[in-house]
Amino acid sequence: MTVGTSESRAGLAPVRITLDNGIVCLSKQTRTTPAVAINLAVRAGSICDPAATPGATWLLSRTIDRGTLTRSADAIAEDLDGRGITLTVSVTRHLFSLVCTCLAEDFDPVLALLGDIVMSPALSETEIAIRKGEVITAIRQDDDNPAVRASESLMALLYHDGHPYGRRTKGSIDVVESLTRDHLARLHAARFAPSQLTAVIVGDVDPARAGEVVSTVFGEWRRPEPPAVTVAAPVQAADRRRLVIPMMNKAQADIAYGFTTIRRTDPAYYAFWLMNNALGQYSIGGRLGDSIRERQGMAYYVSSALDANVAEGPLAIRAGVSPANVDRAVASIDEELRTLRHDGLAAKELDESRQYLIGSMPRALETNAGIANFLQVAELFGLGLDYDVRLPGLLRAVTLDDANAAARQAVDPDRATVVIAGPYQEGPRD
Amino acid sequence: MTETTLDNGLKVLIREEHAAPLASVWCWYKVGSKDEGPGLTGVSHWCEHMNFKGTERIPRDQVKGIIEQFGGSWNGYTWIDQTTYLETATRDALDRMLFIESQRMASCLYHPDDCESERTVIISELQGGENDPDQLLDQELTATAFKAHPYRHPTIGWLSDLETMTRDDLYGYYRRYYVPNNATLVIVGDVETDEALRRVTHHFGGIAPGPAIARLATVEPEQTGERRLTLRKEGTAGYLKVAYHAPGVAHPQFFPLLILDAVLTGAKGLNLWASFRVPPPQRSTRLYRALVERGLASNVSGSLLPTSDPFLFTLSATATEGESLASVEAVLLEELDRARREGVTAAELAKAKAQLKARLVFDGDSVTNIAHQLGYFETIATATLFLNAPAAIAAVTLDEVAAAARAVLTDANRTIGWFDPLPVREQRPADEVAQ
Repeated sequence: MTVGTSESRAGLAPVRITLDNGIVCLSKQTRTTPAVAINLAVRAGSICDPAATPGATWLLSRTIDRGTLTRSADAIAEDLDGRGITLTVSVTRHLFSLVCTCLAEDFDPVLALLGDIVMSPALSETEIAIRKGEVITAIRQDDDNPAVRASESLMALLYHDGHPYGRRTKGSIDVVESLTRDHLARLHAARFAPSQLTAVIVGDVDPARAGEVVSTVFGEWRRPEPPAVTVAAPVQAADRRRLVIPMMNKAQADIAYGFTTIRRTDPAYYAFWLMNNALGQYSIGGRLGDSIRERQGMAYYVSSALDANVAEGPLAIRAGVSPANVDRAVASIDEELRTLRHDGLAAKELDESRQYLIGSMPRALETNAGIANFLQVAELFGLGLDYDVRLPGLLRAVTLDDANAAARQAVDPDRATVVIAGPYQEGPRD
Repeated sequence: MTETTLDNGLKVLIREEHAAPLASVWCWYKVGSKDEGPGLTGVSHWCEHMNFKGTERIPRDQVKGIIEQFGGSWNGYTWIDQTTYLETATRDALDRMLFIESQRMASCLYHPDDCESERTVIISELQGGENDPDQLLDQELTATAFKAHPYRHPTIGWLSDLETMTRDDLYGYYRRYYVPNNATLVIVGDVETDEALRRVTHHFGGIAPGPAIARLATVEPEQTGERRLTLRKEGTAGYLKVAYHAPGVAHPQFFPLLILDAVLTGAKGLNLWASFRVPPPQRSTRLYRALVERGLASNVSGSLLPTSDPFLFTLSATATEGESLASVEAVLLEELDRARREGVTAAELAKAKAQLKARLVFDGDSVTNIAHQLGYFETIATATLFLNAPAAIAAVTLDEVAAAARAVLTDANRTIGWFDPLPVREQRPADEVAQ
């Protein structure tokens, strides 16, 4: 076991240990409430879906906590429910996560239970059949949701030709119906290994004891390191694209408008982050919110989100508008982006966003769950144990030229991909 | 917690929490959609929107940034009993937050152009809600369950009222309800109580009280027979809701019913603001096992929210693809009837209490959440009721749960709603076009 701590004792200063089998444990003691947040992340997100069975990881996430080799699904349900715990199992592109908060007095048995779930799921046929029904119903609900249709279609267009970022995380009904226990067991065996697991423990527990409990639960787990899954850089759009998904049974149209951008580890990330904050986040939706919601009254929501990831992630603008306002809203987004590219941000805007992002850190790190999430992200991208201390400096180092260069690189309306889903049909266009 | 009432009637609750260098300020008004008469449905919520659009001393274009410069967040919401506004930021922003809330109470502008611009924003919000069949069914179910009490209309309002309401309607409503003697100010965080109270007095002490507010006194007549509604619209999933009239938060049967809900669908706790974040622990609950574990429903949930007047205890389920709403309903009603006849077991009671105890701890994990709870309860009942909730929950007996189940879960007291989907007419996406 190796132990690492932040050189600076300021800030969070979490304790990081690496077990002999490769598991990383990050812990941080807080005493605000007698509770502990547990955040287990396996590097086995949806990019690990076999090419023939997209959605397999999602179904595994619905099934993994429904019984282990030594505990029935009922026993797990009783154990968690009896302690007032909700275990959230989620799948992103790169991570398969199990997250919960428990009372401090329950920490040892709860971590033991989560360890059993991660290492030895039963994946029974009965459970798989029930969960398939739930997933298929959820896919059908997504199919009837304009916001989901617009977002998923945007990703499919930005990340085409089978790129893993472009696939629906839940998969398709046909694939889900075809999945068997064997598919899930093979996927688990192939991708779940100690070298892929980061356990973050934040709350009313001493870091040394947190490490001991993690070691007790996971220390004997042995599995070879899985081969890396590489994610190719997406091909940047050369032209503007537009897709309309008519859903005439709906009342409001959803617009998803976006681009591929950069990796999270790109040195330009902080310039992109600030630029995006000013464009579509600051206060109530940044420049986009000012124009489309506040000045023109066209939308209840409009914002932009930057998701720089392991590979080049998207910058997506989303808005919900009356069908009569779709064309005007898209034109307004175009105009805002052209102005941003041509004139750049004002120094005051950049400073405001910078001050906000730095100043909001105490809020982001107020709760155990917030700290745990921050540490998990820092570990995924190798940002270091003192990332919370360095982050303000990284943001302060961004110049106006940096932010404006990010805008010119990222948001070109002539290369935008635009999806409209809702009670709207394509009319004659110029 | 320190409780003070200023001379103008403003109630001030302050609680010091020094774990993080933050402070949360919430200003609560006893005005919600239940205070709206015919023709003005949605006015409370619309006023909430208008109260972010500049004041006499905060120009419209400077609203943005006042709290953000302290890294803070701000927001507001309106529901049936209340309208509230919040800021959470670093502690050095306390004075700014109090200034904003004092301006919001007394000096909002309601510029006619802003009122018109916001009309379309709110209609867009309404349409966004209608996109969701579950939300649409909930709205129709509530309107059917109540025939007299103003809880019957949605907080967002009816479309025709939103299309016709005037600036004078909005401003008149604002002036009537946004007075210190109809408000509670809550401060929680890394503050010093005496100094915080001095700053409150400085910002709010000069605001004149308003006339006493006459409240609608309508009491919903007892429901004497089951009601039903079926929505048939294009959709891809069937939704079922069963709603029973249930007592308000101050009624002795509220906490026994909270236990019953925990046994049936999982313990949600009492925090409307935080409950959106984490779903309840529910896999060992009766309805989850009867519906989800048997593959009839893809999810099930219960809702018993603390309210001022009697509202609804609502059970909801989404039919699994291929399962009929009738079969989901039959099993759900069978389980509810069993609870009415037999109550709950001692083991279930003990588990529900343990769950609720944990949820109350988890829901108090931030200054924002703590401040919300104090203000929410003070607005619908008293903050003391919230502070005493752990003891009240611990004291609930099996007999009290059984009596609450017998009183509430009767056939005559329920309204059943279906969203029965019609096939979606296929509309092929327009081909992707390069422009």
